[in-house]
Amino acid sequence: MSATSARPSHAAQPSGSAFILKKALISAAVALVLFSLMIGVRTEAGPQGGLIYWTRFGDLAAMVGTVFGGSIIIELLRQWWGPVDKDRIVPKPVQAAMSFAGRWLAPALLVFAFLVPVIFYNQRYILDLSILVLTYVMLGWGLNVVVGLAGLLDLGYVAFYAVGAYSYALLATNFGLSFWVCLPLAGILAAFWGVLLGFPVLRLRGDYLAIVTLAFGEIIRLVIINWQSLTGGPNGVSGIPRPTLFGIPLDNSDDGLAAKLGIEFSPTHRIVFLFYLILAMALLTNWVTIRLRRLPIGRAWEALREDEVACRALGINVTTTKLTAFATGAMFGGLAGAFFATRQGFISPESFTFQESALVLAIVVLGGMGSQLGVALAALTMIGGFELFRGFDQYRMLVFGIAMVLLMIWRPRGLIGHRAPTVFLERNQAISSDLVKEGHG
Amino acid sequence: MDYFAQQLINGLVLGSIYGLIAIGYTMVYGIVGMINFAHGDIFMIGGFIAMISFLVLVSLGLTAIPLILLIVLLVSMVITALYGWTIERIAYRPLRHSFRLAPMLSAIGMSFVLTNFSQVSQGARVKPVPPIITGGYTLHEGSEGFAVQLSNIQIVVVLATIVLLAVFTWLVSRTRLGRDMRACEQDQTMASLLGVDVDRTISMTFVIGAALAAVAGMMYLLYYGLVDFFMGFVAGIKAFTAAVLGGIGSLPGAMLGGLAIGLIETFWSAYFSVEYKDVAAFSILIVVLIFMPTGLLGRPEVEKV
Amino acid sequence: MSGDPILTVDRLMMRFGGIVAVNELSFAAERRKITALIGPNGAGKTTVFNCITGFYRPSGGAIRLAHDDGRSIQLERLNDFRISKQAKVARTFQNIRLFPGMTALENLMVAQHNALMRASGLTLLGLLGLPSWREAEQRAIELARTWLDRVGLLDRADDAAGNLPYGDQRRLEIARAMCTEPALLCLDEPAAGLNARESGGLNELLLSIRNEQGTSILLIEHDMSVVMEISDHVVVMDYGVKIAEGTPQAVRDDPKVIAAYLGADEEEAIAVMESGT
Ligand SMILES: Nc1ncnc2c1ncn2[C@@H]1O[C@H](COP(=O)(O)OP(=O)(O)OP(=O)(O)O)[C@@H](O)[C@H]1O
Ligand SMILES: [Mg+2]
Repeated sequence: MSATSARPSHAAQPSGSAFILKKALISAAVALVLFSLMIGVRTEAGPQGGLIYWTRFGDLAAMVGTVFGGSIIIELLRQWWGPVDKDRIVPKPVQAAMSFAGRWLAPALLVFAFLVPVIFYNQRYILDLSILVLTYVMLGWGLNVVVGLAGLLDLGYVAFYAVGAYSYALLATNFGLSFWVCLPLAGILAAFWGVLLGFPVLRLRGDYLAIVTLAFGEIIRLVIINWQSLTGGPNGVSGIPRPTLFGIPLDNSDDGLAAKLGIEFSPTHRIVFLFYLILAMALLTNWVTIRLRRLPIGRAWEALREDEVACRALGINVTTTKLTAFATGAMFGGLAGAFFATRQGFISPESFTFQESALVLAIVVLGGMGSQLGVALAALTMIGGFELFRGFDQYRMLVFGIAMVLLMIWRPRGLIGHRAPTVFLERNQAISSDLVKEGHG
Repeated sequence: MDYFAQQLINGLVLGSIYGLIAIGYTMVYGIVGMINFAHGDIFMIGGFIAMISFLVLVSLGLTAIPLILLIVLLVSMVITALYGWTIERIAYRPLRHSFRLAPMLSAIGMSFVLTNFSQVSQGARVKPVPPIITGGYTLHEGSEGFAVQLSNIQIVVVLATIVLLAVFTWLVSRTRLGRDMRACEQDQTMASLLGVDVDRTISMTFVIGAALAAVAGMMYLLYYGLVDFFMGFVAGIKAFTAAVLGGIGSLPGAMLGGLAIGLIETFWSAYFSVEYKDVAAFSILIVVLIFMPTGLLGRPEVEKV
Repeated sequence: MSGDPILTVDRLMMRFGGIVAVNELSFAAERRKITALIGPNGAGKTTVFNCITGFYRPSGGAIRLAHDDGRSIQLERLNDFRISKQAKVARTFQNIRLFPGMTALENLMVAQHNALMRASGLTLLGLLGLPSWREAEQRAIELARTWLDRVGLLDRADDAAGNLPYGDQRRLEIARAMCTEPALLCLDEPAAGLNARESGGLNELLLSIRNEQGTSILLIEHDMSVVMEISDHVVVMDYGVKIAEGTPQAVRDDPKVIAAYLGADEEEAIAVMESGT
């Protein structure tokens, strides 16, 4: 913690073992105070209702010891690596290799995605996980329009996901409308809500917009919880119809798909169908976004992220441009929501918490704002990583939080650190993300 | 009328708690320009530490309530302040000159860490404590048997808030540290050229904010008689709402905004519906930002072209 | 003043709290001419620009724009983006405001937003990739190419704007403004920070914009060589009021102007220095 440790020069950093030890001791002392009561003492409501407690000094000692050891290791690693900067952590050749890999990585991933149900046909778990990953890929791509392209910080994206899910669930259970009718309706309704929220608040800048969208997300969730007559409140909506292949159900009834094709019924059929459905929806999102980027509206979004004042001077209607970005993102969120509802067959407010918004935002930012491939990779990493902790449910969010902090410190600009131009005369060269702004709205 | 007076008292007490948390948001926003998403959870940690230390002290055989309260107050302020310091050091300082979104996500991540740390280490169940400060006064005996009550705990909350605010105001207006903080708020580069230790000043901002949040956490514990690991999230958003309502960056504004939110929430619950009280608070945030983006006492932001 | 003014500013007032940044200012800019607005630092020149281009709402007075076709628009009643879109007034900024993370070409494409929006059928036709949209896009690229060529940046078309040297950025900003096909071009200190050779090139560019496009130009400039060489008419401000106007020669010899601005060599030097930073 001495002043010298902040100095960037490698040589000037104190490196003796005494220094490392001192640092580790300080860290351990801090940890001891922090954890003394929170870990050293465990409280619980006793049988009579009053609180009881017991001590856990062993755990406390273990934690403090871990911090001590960890601090030494980190300090050693740091001195071994030298000053922490981007080129050190990701050496230039690796960066070059990565940008080369980027060229064939996307098509390879795409081909692989199409083959997943073939390769893993008998592994239900992997199929389910892939569907989950693709759902988040789609959500990430949807939010990317708002955050990555237009530079508008939306912390309540889950609200549109919820609107889509509940639109489908309620329309289908109350009016018996089919998935294929409801899907566009869910998208339209979510976009409508996006406009409704966006219209008054998009004048706000930066963090204000973030907090207002967060509040909006909470409002939607609280209304869902409390408007019991419509939404079923905390109990949610169940019995949501499964999707059909344009009217042909995927079950073992006589007019089910299996019977029609004359093959033996298997529940996996539906999973595979759902897989290709979300894959198609995600790819549609991707296609539309890539297309929009090359249209004036998409360029205006990016210009808005770069410099709003200049946009106004060029005659761009900033409000409608932001609204279109917001509505487009909301629409994709709504579509994903409808898919979520039909896949689960049951939805409740618990699925639409702030954590969900934060997760999607983390995917977008970690992906490297605005990069479609980055978002897909980030979704794969995040959801996959999340799965690794399936057995330790309690620790999942804890680890997720720590990962978020570490990832931000490691790569504040995300995995893919450059922007591809939307049009070029001679050379199609990527732009370093150091130049790209991230917007104020 | 009596009912109204009673709600007014309740609202002011709740508002004091929000105000104490809001100060932490506003100070950090003023200096570093970021929403410290983890601040609501700092408040929660403060409540937990107060709860645990209270429990330990009682079981050690201490009986003098004022002494217990004083020790609990000090312990929770010190430990929680260290949480604030550590978080700034680990999660925010490396990102100080980074892109705008990185510190925000880091803060959201930190908020998850704190929430789930406390869930993992102390369990998910609500922790009730017996009423510690009991008794009170009946201010007015209504005709229909409704009496306006002012409990001792309410008096303690309001008094503690007032005393702390006085100390705090003195701190930022009269001391070297306060001057450094205001200098950093205006221009960090300039301040560091003039010999202000920017790192230390920012650390102290987090420390003070966390200490005040710890007091709020302890007051919450005393007033409601319980803490749980999830209480930081909603309280945090509401306190941030209060900070924005008062005009972010303005310290009196934060307190004023806290009182306003406390009153709105209480009256809404009393006269309309309890279920929608949070919806009311968040809707007010949206409405305020739309019509008064700089809040009640905030400085107008001029856009230089 | 006689002639055919494109822009008439009439008793413009702009107050910021207690400060009166522009005080009852009246002047006119002739059609197809270059009008310079000069004055010492803090005189209120940029504020006048901000009022004309809708970034500030004037506290009082009127700003009228008379188009070639006789259409007359009160600028003080329009908000920002409509001034460029409907009134066809384009501007550059004292502190360059390009889109740094986009290429030079993209910057010029964004400038053609409104025309392209129409051509893309408000995005829908464009999304389907109809040929009419493709042609419109090709035309837009050609227009951008023309302007890149005229400002000498054709070979840097695919470089990020933020990576260009300072002088190139200044010229790119002018090209971007021209891509909106304006009737009136407002330039805020275009020569600031340019060396002598670059500022000579700028003179030629501005003259050619006036002569070939027929665009009227309103120019704020501290660099007197630019002002004297290319402007047809000069308006001098100090402390928010107009203290003189006339031909460059007349203004240069005006004792009031010399007292306030030109005569004091020292101040001029400081002004030029400061505007460059
Ligand atoms: N948004 C604002 N709020 C308050 N005061 C302002 C604002 N904009 C300009 N001013 C004030 O108006 C006066 C004129 O400023 P302006 O920028 O128009 O001067 P200028 O002639 O362009 O000077 P320079 O040659 O340095 O660019 C200055 O005193 C400035 O401080
Ligand atoms: Mg100026």
